[in-house]
Amino acid sequence: MKTDATIDCLGLYCPMPIIKTAEKITELAGGETLEVVSDDEGIVDDMPNWCKMTGHEFLGIETSEDEYRAYVRKKT
Amino acid sequence: MNDDDGRNSIALIVFSGDMDKIFAALTIATGAAASGMKVSMFFTFWGLKLLQEKGSKRGKNDFLRRLFNVMVKPGPDKRPISRMNMGGAGAAMMKKIMKKSKLPSLAEMLTTAKSLNVKFTACSTSMNVMGIPKESLIPEVDSVAGVASFLAVAQESGTTLFI
Repeated sequence: MKTDATIDCLGLYCPMPIIKTAEKITELAGGETLEVVSDDEGIVDDMPNWCKMTGHEFLGIETSEDEYRAYVRKKT
Repeated sequence: MNDDDGRNSIALIVFSGDMDKIFAALTIATGAAASGMKVSMFFTFWGLKLLQEKGSKRGKNDFLRRLFNVMVKPGPDKRPISRMNMGGAGAAMMKKIMKKSKLPSLAEMLTTAKSLNVKFTACSTSMNVMGIPKESLIPEVDSVAGVASFLAVAQESGTTLFI
C-alpha cells in the first residue's frame, strides 16, 4: 500500500509503537495515510483499538515474516 | 468539567514505589495519553520516591524522617522490584532484561509521559510523613494537593486505578 508517511518501530514494544504513531499523525494532513512497521505482535490489537479511541481510520495490517505493517488514515 | 461521561479520562494513584509497578502505571498512562485520553497521576507514599530529586536538601526533617530518606533511596533509577528484590539484585536483573528488550527506563518514561501532557500531582500528607519537602520534588510535578483534589478528578474519570 502506498502511504504518505511511514514510521519504523522495529524493536520497540508497547506502548512505544502507539506513542510514535500518535506523534507522527500530528504531522500529517487530514486524509493522509501512515504506515507503522513493527515486530511487536501486540500491534495487531493495539492499532485498531487506538484508532477506535482517537477516531482515525484503521485500514488494516499486513503480516509478513516477523513483521507487521499497520495502516492508518488520519481523520479529516 | 467533562462534556463526555468521563470515558476519555483516567486517574491513577501511584502508591507503590516499586519499579515494576511504576513501569506498569507509566505504560498505562502513556498509552492512554497517546490514545487521546486525559491522564492524571497522583503519587502518594512510596510513589513519591519516584518524584524526589537525588541529593536534595531534606529541609527541616527530624531524625526519623531523615532515617526514612536514608533507607529508601529517591529517584527513578533506585526503585526496587516488588518481589524477589534480594537487596537490589532482582531490580538489577530486571533492568538488564528490559534494557536488552530495548524497553525504556523509568526516567525515560517520565519524560515521555510529560511530553504527552500527563498531569503529576504529589500528595501533601504523605509528603509530610515520608519527609519529602516540596523543594525536593522534580520540576515535572504539576502540583501538590490533598484527597479532595484527587477525588474531584476521579469523579470526572471513567477509569480510576490504584497501583
